[in-house]
Amino acid sequence: MIEFRDVAHGYGGGRLLSEMTLSLAPGSFHFLTGPSGAGKSTFLKLCYGELSPVAGRVSLFGQDLAAMSRDDIARLRRRVGVVHQDCQFLDHLPLTENVALPLTVSDRAANPTELDELLAWVGLSDQAAALPPSLSGGERQRAALARAVIMSPEVLLADEPTGNLDWDMSLRLLTLLVELNRMGTAILVATHDMNLIRAAKAQVPARVLRIRGGQVQVAGAEL
Amino acid sequence: MSGGVARAIALLTGDPRADRVVPPSGATARLTVFAAAAMAFLAVFALALSLATGRLADRWSEALAQGATIRISAAAGQMQAQTQRVLDILAVTPGVASARALDAAETRALLAPWFGADLPVETLPIPQLVELREDGAGFDAEGLRLRLAAEVPGAALDDHARWRRPLVAAAERLRLIGLLSLGLIGSAAAVMVTLAARAALAANGQVIRVLRLIGARDAYIARAFVRRFTLRTLGGASAGTALGVIAVASLPRADEAGAFLTGLGFSGTGWLWPLAIPPIAAIVAFWATRGAALRTLRGVQ
Repeated sequence: MIEFRDVAHGYGGGRLLSEMTLSLAPGSFHFLTGPSGAGKSTFLKLCYGELSPVAGRVSLFGQDLAAMSRDDIARLRRRVGVVHQDCQFLDHLPLTENVALPLTVSDRAANPTELDELLAWVGLSDQAAALPPSLSGGERQRAALARAVIMSPEVLLADEPTGNLDWDMSLRLLTLLVELNRMGTAILVATHDMNLIRAAKAQVPARVLRIRGGQVQVAGAEL
Repeated sequence: MSGGVARAIALLTGDPRADRVVPPSGATARLTVFAAAAMAFLAVFALALSLATGRLADRWSEALAQGATIRISAAAGQMQAQTQRVLDILAVTPGVASARALDAAETRALLAPWFGADLPVETLPIPQLVELREDGAGFDAEGLRLRLAAEVPGAALDDHARWRRPLVAAAERLRLIGLLSLGLIGSAAAVMVTLAARAALAANGQVIRVLRLIGARDAYIARAFVRRFTLRTLGGASAGTALGVIAVASLPRADEAGAFLTGLGFSGTGWLWPLAIPPIAAIVAFWATRGAALRTLRGVQ
C-alpha cells in the first residue's frame, strides 16, 4: 500500500531521513513516533507526495509517486485520508462544507444523510453550521477526521491528531481511529504520546515505528 | 455544440459549490471591475479614433486622387472671360473628366465658416474657383500649369497634393496610433488582470494548499479563480463599453462643429464594433488568469 525503498529526505542540504525501506500493508495499524523534529511530519508528507524524496522511491498503491503527473497524484490523494496537525480548514466555509470538500473537489455531490451520519459519528452534529475558527481544538481534530474519511479512504494518515487534546478527547479520537481500522482502513498515526500508543495497543495489534538518527526502526516491547 | 463553446458556457454558468471554495475578495474584485470598465471605456475611444481617422484618410485619398482646383484672379471685367478660357482649356486637356466654375452660393458656403453665411461675395474681389475632376488616367499637372501660365496668367492650379498629402499621411498615422492604442489597452488589461489574479492567488495560498492536499486537480483550482476574474472583467468591460459608446454618441456632430471635421465617432455598422470589446476583454482575462493560476499552482505540491 505504502512502500519506501531507500528513501532519503532533508532540508537545506542536510539529511533528516535516510535509507528508509519499509512497507505498510492494507488494513494495518501503525504508530510513528520519535522526538520532536525527528521527521515524523516529513515522513507522512512523503507518503502522500507533498514532499518528494531526495533519494529513493516512494510508492503509493503500487505507483511510483515521482513518475506520476500532478493530476494523477491528485486523484491518488482521494484514496488517502489525511488529518493534519493544524487541521487545514477553509475558514470561510461552515463545517459541513469543509467536511464534504474532498467530494466537492472530485465533482461529486455529498449525500446529506451520509454527511449527517458522519458528523454524528465524530460527535459534531450540533456544530454542522459552525465556522472552523469557532470550534474547539478537539472539535477541529474530529472534524478533520470526518473530512479525512468522507471518501472512504484505503489508508488514513494522521499527524499528531491528539497534540492539542486532553486525555479524554484523545481517547475519543483513538476510538474513532480503531473503529475505522476495524472497517479495513490502514492507519498510520504520527505521535509522541506514548500513553496513546499503549491505549491503542490494548485494542488493536498496532505496530510502532520509531524514527531515530534519521532511520525508521520497529520499536520493541518496551512500548 | 463544439467543445470550446460548451466549456465557455460551463465557465459562465459555473458550479456554485466550486466557486465557494475560494473566499470572496472584495477589494480585489472591485478593483478588477473598475479597471476593466476603465480599459473598455478607453478602448471605445481608441476604436472610434481608429475608425474615424480611417474614414478621413480614405476620403482625402479619394479626393486627392480625383480632384483639383483652379483659382482665377482677375479684374472684375475680365473674370468671366478668363474663367471661360480656363474652362475651354480644361475641355481639351487629356485626363480631365469634367470641370465647372463654382457659383456665388458655393463660394459663400466655402467661406461661411470664417466670415458667416451672409457674406456679399458678389461685391468682393474674391477669386473665381474652378473645380475639375480627373478621369482614371489623370492629367499632367505640370503641363496644365505651364499652359495656364501662358494663356491665363491670373489662373493658378492647385492639385491639392501640397496640403492633402500630409493630411492623409497624418490621418493614416492616427489610424495606426488608434490601433496601437487598442493593442496597448488590451495588453494593459491583461497585465492588470494578471496582477489582480496573482494577488488573489497569493492571498489564498493556504486555500490552494488545502485543496491540493485533499485531491483537487490544478484545473479545478484554477477554474475557480479563472471564472471569477473572467466574469468580473466581462461585467466591468460591458459597463465601460456602454459608457464609452454613450460618450462617443454624445460628441458634437461633424456637420454642426464644422465641415472640416470628420467627426470622432462611429458610423453605420461601425457602431457594432464596440460590442466586440467585452468578449475580447473576457478572453484576455481568461488566459491571463489561467496562466497566473497554473504558474502559482506549479509551486504547490
